[in-house]
Amino acid sequence: MSLDAPRIDDPADELRARLGAGVVAEQATGEPFPVLWIAREAWVEAHRALREMERPFTLMADLWGTDETARHHRPGLPPSGVTVTSHLVSPARNADIRLKLACDGAAPRAPSLTPVYPGADWYERETFDMLGVQFEGHPLLRRIYMPNDWQGHPLRKNHHARATEKPPYRMTPESFAATEEANTLDPARLGLPTHRDGVELMVLNMGPHHPSTHGVFRILLGLDGEEIVWAYPDLGYHHRGAEKMAERQTWHGFIPYCDRIDYLGGVTHELPYLMAVESLCGIEVPERAQCIRVMLCEIFRITSHLLFYGTLAQDAGVMSPIFYMFVDRERAYDVIQAITGGRMHPAFLRIGGVAMDLPTGWDGLVRDFLDWMPRRLDDYEGMVMRSEMFRARTKGVALADAETCLKWSMTGPSLRAAGLPWDIRKERPYSGYETYEFDVVTAEAGDIYARTRVRVDEMRESLRIIRQCVDRMPGGPVKADHPRAFPPPRAQTLEDIETLIHHFVGTAWGPRVPVGEATGQIESARGLAQYSIVSDDGGHSYRTRIRTPSFANLQAIPEIAPGLTVADLVMHIASLDFVMSDVDK
Amino acid sequence: MSAAFTLILSVWLIAALLVAAGVFTWVERRGLGFLQERLGPNRVGPFGFFQWIADTVKLLFKADEVPPDGDALTFRLAPALAATPVLVGFAVVAFAPGWAISALDIGVIFILAMLALTVYAMVLGAWASRNRYAMLGGLRAAAQMLSYEAFFGLSLMGVVMLAGSMSLGQIVAAQEGLWFVVQQPLGAALFTIAGIAAAHRLPFDLQESEQDLVAGFMTEYSGMGFALFFLGEYLAILLVSALAVTLFFGGWLGPWLPAPVWFGLKVGALALAFVWIRAILPRPRYDQLVAFAWKWALPLALANLLVTGAVVVLGGSA
Repeated sequence: MSLDAPRIDDPADELRARLGAGVVAEQATGEPFPVLWIAREAWVEAHRALREMERPFTLMADLWGTDETARHHRPGLPPSGVTVTSHLVSPARNADIRLKLACDGAAPRAPSLTPVYPGADWYERETFDMLGVQFEGHPLLRRIYMPNDWQGHPLRKNHHARATEKPPYRMTPESFAATEEANTLDPARLGLPTHRDGVELMVLNMGPHHPSTHGVFRILLGLDGEEIVWAYPDLGYHHRGAEKMAERQTWHGFIPYCDRIDYLGGVTHELPYLMAVESLCGIEVPERAQCIRVMLCEIFRITSHLLFYGTLAQDAGVMSPIFYMFVDRERAYDVIQAITGGRMHPAFLRIGGVAMDLPTGWDGLVRDFLDWMPRRLDDYEGMVMRSEMFRARTKGVALADAETCLKWSMTGPSLRAAGLPWDIRKERPYSGYETYEFDVVTAEAGDIYARTRVRVDEMRESLRIIRQCVDRMPGGPVKADHPRAFPPPRAQTLEDIETLIHHFVGTAWGPRVPVGEATGQIESARGLAQYSIVSDDGGHSYRTRIRTPSFANLQAIPEIAPGLTVADLVMHIASLDFVMSDVDK
Repeated sequence: MSAAFTLILSVWLIAALLVAAGVFTWVERRGLGFLQERLGPNRVGPFGFFQWIADTVKLLFKADEVPPDGDALTFRLAPALAATPVLVGFAVVAFAPGWAISALDIGVIFILAMLALTVYAMVLGAWASRNRYAMLGGLRAAAQMLSYEAFFGLSLMGVVMLAGSMSLGQIVAAQEGLWFVVQQPLGAALFTIAGIAAAHRLPFDLQESEQDLVAGFMTEYSGMGFALFFLGEYLAILLVSALAVTLFFGGWLGPWLPAPVWFGLKVGALALAFVWIRAILPRPRYDQLVAFAWKWALPLALANLLVTGAVVVLGGSA
């Protein structure tokens, strides 16, 4: 990752000046942003300073914990049992900063950042759930993914990673009843009102099995008639523990899991993971491979946006477009299939490049798709975007301005629909995005219509990028000629013993990645996807933190939903374009 | 007509209508498939034509579950209320000169009344389900019925004035020279909108609106209860189409072909228009729907009535 924009005034210096001894240490990393260890007393103050300084850090991009108790290589770092890390972004500066807080390993506690960054709410709940960090001052610290009666915290190193490490699970009537009891959501216990103006509210349980929650998402609604008075999202039905799996899989073996983080994104999520790994390994990815990566990511952006477009239209009651769009998606998958051999989850990118070279005739396929799509998008314009009834349903509904978006850590098309042209592909170009001509699509209104508009126009921009990929596709290798690129080339394995050993060891135990910390950021179809990895030397990741855009994008629902009707909420949910696997990981 | 003959005719008509509704489900699914670049049911029989029979048999054998907290008696009665009034409404439809089970003088009003009764099925079914989604659907059904019934009747009063009768036979006879759709375009448009609402079809299917209410008032229904609601909906489409043909499109009138064939063709064409509308239109929000009915449709229907009345009176006196 490269942050090319020059840093005018250094926020790290400003923090040091303001906090003095509150800044414990600056960690040396290969990252393009400062990583500071903050003293416990200064933790909230440091964030407040960054939030309020000139050209502030308005976006809390991520907050997570790391269990340091089993880590061997941490030279020069302050002692810590569990480290709480926050990653802040300033769109105005186009700069990041990362703050770390050392906590006790046995009973980690940290001050809550929710008074400064409301968007820290769910992240702190997640950190509590996964690592047991008690956040003091958090409004309602409860588990977010795991059942309430879960024993232990999954991302602690002493927590089992597979069911076979535990005695067989037995369900007795008592344990079943206890689980039911522990996991019932009672609005009163959540501090939600039961009455408004003397009228008792009807509690409507929407999901996790509801046709319009786009996956196993659950919202509890308090209704007065059809008007929503409060909404309480409940997550975790799609939780698979991807971050824990990353600690068990080899660096290479985790790639297919990335496809399944955002299951509509195909190879998209492999990219930030591999960017982080490649940055630790010091691998320079060859141009042809980069171009293939960009092309595939943009094709997947189109298929993802098409599904968004169709389902949103369908949620407004327009029945047909989704079927046309599935025809288009099928065309895109024909291309993907020919290039990668897979469809939704191709697992095609590799450490240092891509799995194989493009097949003969690939450019014809892509060009056919490029010629096909624009006409279809014109048709949809008439069917959906220009339909008066659709406009009546979407214009001015479920407003989220840029401030609200940033407050709740929302990124991606929803943020751009509120007028902030923040796109990682432009701001921090990766994989050679700086060499492509495309525009960042924005809209002003911040309503459902604007969010749709942005995605629809982004598809045309993606088509532009894909056309440039086809036109310029550079020659050369599709994988870096680097000892850590993986899998190693096979051609020479039967010729000399060194290559054979290298190949054998790599495939048997997986590649090794040098000690260190690295981050990969990309603009996925849903927003900022960020993988922060820690290597403790070995065949496995020590910690893989996955920042998914969908998770934060859902966080604003309780603020936006009140006042909407149930039908509006369905549209609002659709307009956020989340994927539950991307929310729950 | 003797009572026995009427009875035989009624049984025959009901059977024919049930088959027609069944066939129409197939037509709709194939039609939507055609419109949406997909196949639709094409496995059972030629072009999947017997799909509706397979579906009926399947629904017959499905369990009819009553929700544990529900009101069992009302829950079971409600679906019958959905289909029966519509079938009864067909009794006054004139398929050809003299081809009606009952040539009622107030035929138009009778059909409106029967269509309006179907809302009881939804409200009662929703209430008896003890399901919150069903409840919301039932409430929407009641509000929609109140809003749309108001101008449904008014929209066709222009035709009644021009024809000088409420008997369906005489209204058709009055269109020998010119179809009323030419003289009453606004009335026809309003009637179509209200007719779609009366048949509870998209974009006026808010009571079952699957995107937000799962299946609305019939969320808890399975098996034959579900099938009867469906039957009611498809019969209502046919009845509204038949009424529209009678009022605005010259009923059985037409050259060369026998009268009932013309009637059938016209009804079929209108019913297909229902399918087409379903394929393309979004669904308005509940408050937008009600606001449209009261703020636009009702005043327009009244204005139409006033102008038509003035024309009829002035034309009569001149």
